[in-house]
Amino acid sequence: MSYGIAKKGHPVAGTIAWLTALVMFFPIAWMLLASFKTEVQAVQTPPLVIFKPTLINYRDIFAEADYLHFAWNSVAISVGSTILTLIVGVPAAFAMAFYPTKSTRGILLWMLSTKMLPAVGVLVPIYLLCRDLGLLDSLTALIVINMLSNLPIAVWMLFTFFRDLPKDIIEASRIDGANLRQVLVHVLLPLVMPGIASTALLGIILCWNEAFWSLNLTAHNAAPLTAFIASFSAPQGLFWAKLSAASVLAIAPILIFGWISQKQLVSGLTFGAVK
Amino acid sequence: MRLRAIAAFAAALMSGTCLAHAATITIATVNNSQMVVMQKLSSVWEKKTGNHINWVVLEENVLRQRVTTDIATHGGQFDIVTIGSYETPIWGKQGWLTPLGGISGYDYNDIFSSVRQALSSNGKLWALPFYAESSFTYYRKDLFQQAGLTMPAQPTYKQIDQFAKKLTDKSKQMYGICLRGKPGWGENMAFLDTMVNTFGGEWFNMKWQAQLDSQPWHDAVNFYIHLLRDYGPPGASSNGFNENQALFATGHCAMWIDATSGAGLIYDKNSSQVADKTAFTAAPVDVTPHGSHWFWAWALAIPSTSKQVATAKDFIAWATSKDYIDLVGRTNGWTTLPPGTRLSTYSNPDYLKAAPFAGAVKQAILTADLDHPTANPVPYTGIQYVSIPEFEAIGTTVGQLMAAALTGQTSVDSALKQAQSSVSSTMQQAGYTQ
Amino acid sequence: MSATPMTAGGPQASGAQARTAKKRPGGGVKTFPLMAPSVGLLLIWMIVPLAMTLYFAFRRYNLLNPMIHGWAGINNFKYLIEDPALLHSLVVSVIIVVGVIAITIVLGSILAAVFNMPFFGQGVARVLMISPFFVMPTVSALVWKNLLLDPVDGLLAAIFRMVGLRPIAWFSVFPLGSIMVILCWEWLPYAFLILFTALQSMDEEQLEAARLDGATAVDIFINIQLPHMARAISVTIMIEMIFLLSVFAEIYVTTAGGPGYATTNLTFLIYQRALLAFNVGGASAAGVIAIILANIVSFFLTKNVGKRLEV
Repeated sequence: MSYGIAKKGHPVAGTIAWLTALVMFFPIAWMLLASFKTEVQAVQTPPLVIFKPTLINYRDIFAEADYLHFAWNSVAISVGSTILTLIVGVPAAFAMAFYPTKSTRGILLWMLSTKMLPAVGVLVPIYLLCRDLGLLDSLTALIVINMLSNLPIAVWMLFTFFRDLPKDIIEASRIDGANLRQVLVHVLLPLVMPGIASTALLGIILCWNEAFWSLNLTAHNAAPLTAFIASFSAPQGLFWAKLSAASVLAIAPILIFGWISQKQLVSGLTFGAVK
Repeated sequence: MRLRAIAAFAAALMSGTCLAHAATITIATVNNSQMVVMQKLSSVWEKKTGNHINWVVLEENVLRQRVTTDIATHGGQFDIVTIGSYETPIWGKQGWLTPLGGISGYDYNDIFSSVRQALSSNGKLWALPFYAESSFTYYRKDLFQQAGLTMPAQPTYKQIDQFAKKLTDKSKQMYGICLRGKPGWGENMAFLDTMVNTFGGEWFNMKWQAQLDSQPWHDAVNFYIHLLRDYGPPGASSNGFNENQALFATGHCAMWIDATSGAGLIYDKNSSQVADKTAFTAAPVDVTPHGSHWFWAWALAIPSTSKQVATAKDFIAWATSKDYIDLVGRTNGWTTLPPGTRLSTYSNPDYLKAAPFAGAVKQAILTADLDHPTANPVPYTGIQYVSIPEFEAIGTTVGQLMAAALTGQTSVDSALKQAQSSVSSTMQQAGYTQ
Repeated sequence: MSATPMTAGGPQASGAQARTAKKRPGGGVKTFPLMAPSVGLLLIWMIVPLAMTLYFAFRRYNLLNPMIHGWAGINNFKYLIEDPALLHSLVVSVIIVVGVIAITIVLGSILAAVFNMPFFGQGVARVLMISPFFVMPTVSALVWKNLLLDPVDGLLAAIFRMVGLRPIAWFSVFPLGSIMVILCWEWLPYAFLILFTALQSMDEEQLEAARLDGATAVDIFINIQLPHMARAISVTIMIEMIFLLSVFAEIYVTTAGGPGYATTNLTFLIYQRALLAFNVGGASAAGVIAIILANIVSFFLTKNVGKRLEV
């Protein structure tokens, strides 16, 4: 950015951008604030902005529920299913991007259309299936189901990365005598790492926030943070402060993860367009 | 690779179950405050018996859906489930529960007979009550005094109307009456059903024909909408029990007709701003006293798929015992004990001293007659529900339509007409009528 | 998700390359083993539930009442089609999908252009901007419903009172609008991120040349940046459509589909049938309708949006 206007910065754009950013972030900030209030303070009018923060909500939550157990399950499900998604999805995306046929576009769109079926409609059949396979309340079931529901998006994302790669590289290495596997591992993989990274990031985010299956197919052993939230969502009496604290605990890991990795997310997204 | 991963997970899971030295049971329960206390105190039982409990604590609607799916498909994930007086007799009849009669040393006779009756079918007791509730009227005695009003021991809906009119001051966010408006068979319909009953209406006649377009329904629904629109808080159509309890606890409602089990929290100074300003009286009536206040119990039951029946029975016997109720009173405060199940609770001097509402609660529970919920004879039992499996569906749909009428999206006439045709169609599908 | 054409030579070049790729002998590589796991798994994931849904759609099957069983013929469909809730839920689904996509794309592309200009603290502002995307739908619905929009104790109600207005009961008066606000809050960051990324890949010199010619920021946005984002916009529409068709948690937490059927979309209707009523037969019939709808939508996507997917 070596242009006159760039050096100075753009005051109008800056103001609009910052205002929007603050408005967008406000609900999260307000929730964070509420989590340090007492229940009575949380519903006080006019709303309290300055107050003496209390940790009582967090203490109560840690006393009532085993937060780390839920958080660990969330991590295991997100990471497990994302790895599985990549193992299954990368070869398919590679094949479609580099050796497209007439049906490639159709296959891609068909894959995406499998995501449009409402999960609620098939809960009973899937529940029966999991029962018969002994997979109720197991991480395996959730990992596989999350993998299946994110696979279309992943394949599609990876496909767009691969497609924008300079194809001559492959031709060149094939002329050099490398076989398909060698091309994939030694030439392509390093090139598409940013793309794979951002696909993985998106996969992890989607898994972390998936609530329907994780709530319905688990009891205790495999219950992730979405189930944790469900136990605080509508208790009797005043509950906003405690709910806010539980929510903060549920989203903090993924939010921080998102903040740290957003550079990778974006660099992966721009891949193929930046020379 | 994938297979290996699955195998590894399976192995991990299996070793997890094999490692358990003493018995481990999984309990599903709702996140109401009484159950949260049970969860905290359960370590006493765990220490005594050496067993271990896995808790699954969920919000009521999520829990009901979760437990129903598991029980109806024989999924077998839970050893103890927390269910209501609506489900218990139906599920017992289907053979989905283990009968809980005849536990040695358990004091069955201390349990209110109406509660036992509500949890039985085919002559067997299918669940033991954790706490039970009826509905009554909460009111602010300070506001009544200021306005020079007296609340009678048995108010009528016409009187409630007059009181609400006098006590409403919307500019000060003071609302004459708070009632449930959030759609759901256990939310707005629970209250509205008691109103329909006391206005002389019923869900079905003896031939299972729906009666929702009858005059009592029109009267009751119109009156309900009038009360909430003119004297209720804004956004009443999204207020359920919790929202109303929060409104009342923060001093926004002059009257509130709802579950008796909310009284403990309203009387708790830590979570309520009106603890010393609240009084209680019976739920209002109109043309008939039948079904003017509801009956509900949360109970613990063992699914027939459980493999830990002995351990589960031992826990239920402990958690629903007189000793447990005493334990909660002593350690957690007398107003927070699980109420409404045992005669002994209502002769405990500590409790009676701490809970001035105890008498009104006992009276309401004892007079709730599940077998005669309406003025006219009906083929069903249950006051704010109809004890058939289809009621969840019916109640949900009608609840939606009533909420629409409340917000003015449809007229009362057309809402009731739609409700009538929808209920008739469901009953026809299920084979009750031709 | 590369939403942008290659800079090497623009879309035409990449298209041409793709076409030559087809003709190359490399096209003869055996791709079947590479594709098989994905296609196979998704096929199972689609066919097994589909077959079960189709089967149950013609059965009398209520989980709560084992007394009801046997074939239902077309009764499940008949009851469903006679139910006014079905048409209503289809309309609600469409309003949600179209409305939220339109709002997020318009705001997202404008914001992308704004954020594309350099300003102080751009990185931090961008992080704040995209944060809502990481929040679980359940949590965002709870926060909006209770902390912000509650008509008595919510923040917005307090602000309304402060300036002398009467607080509005958002979920009763504007139920669908309120839910769409939450959805826009969740999805605007996503649209913004994709579109912003697309703009970042633009040739700076082109912009600079336009500026030297005296073009205003608005001119640049409409004539240069917007066309450049076309493919990114298609991508965003496609992904958002997939997720918005199955919106559930936000409705479940806030309005439970009401008042009336005001916020009951098709997914929520199926939920009511399948998990509140446990009428598996009726829910499956609604599921079949949803599947047909999904196919119509994906046909539409193939015809229009999908065209931009240069293969």
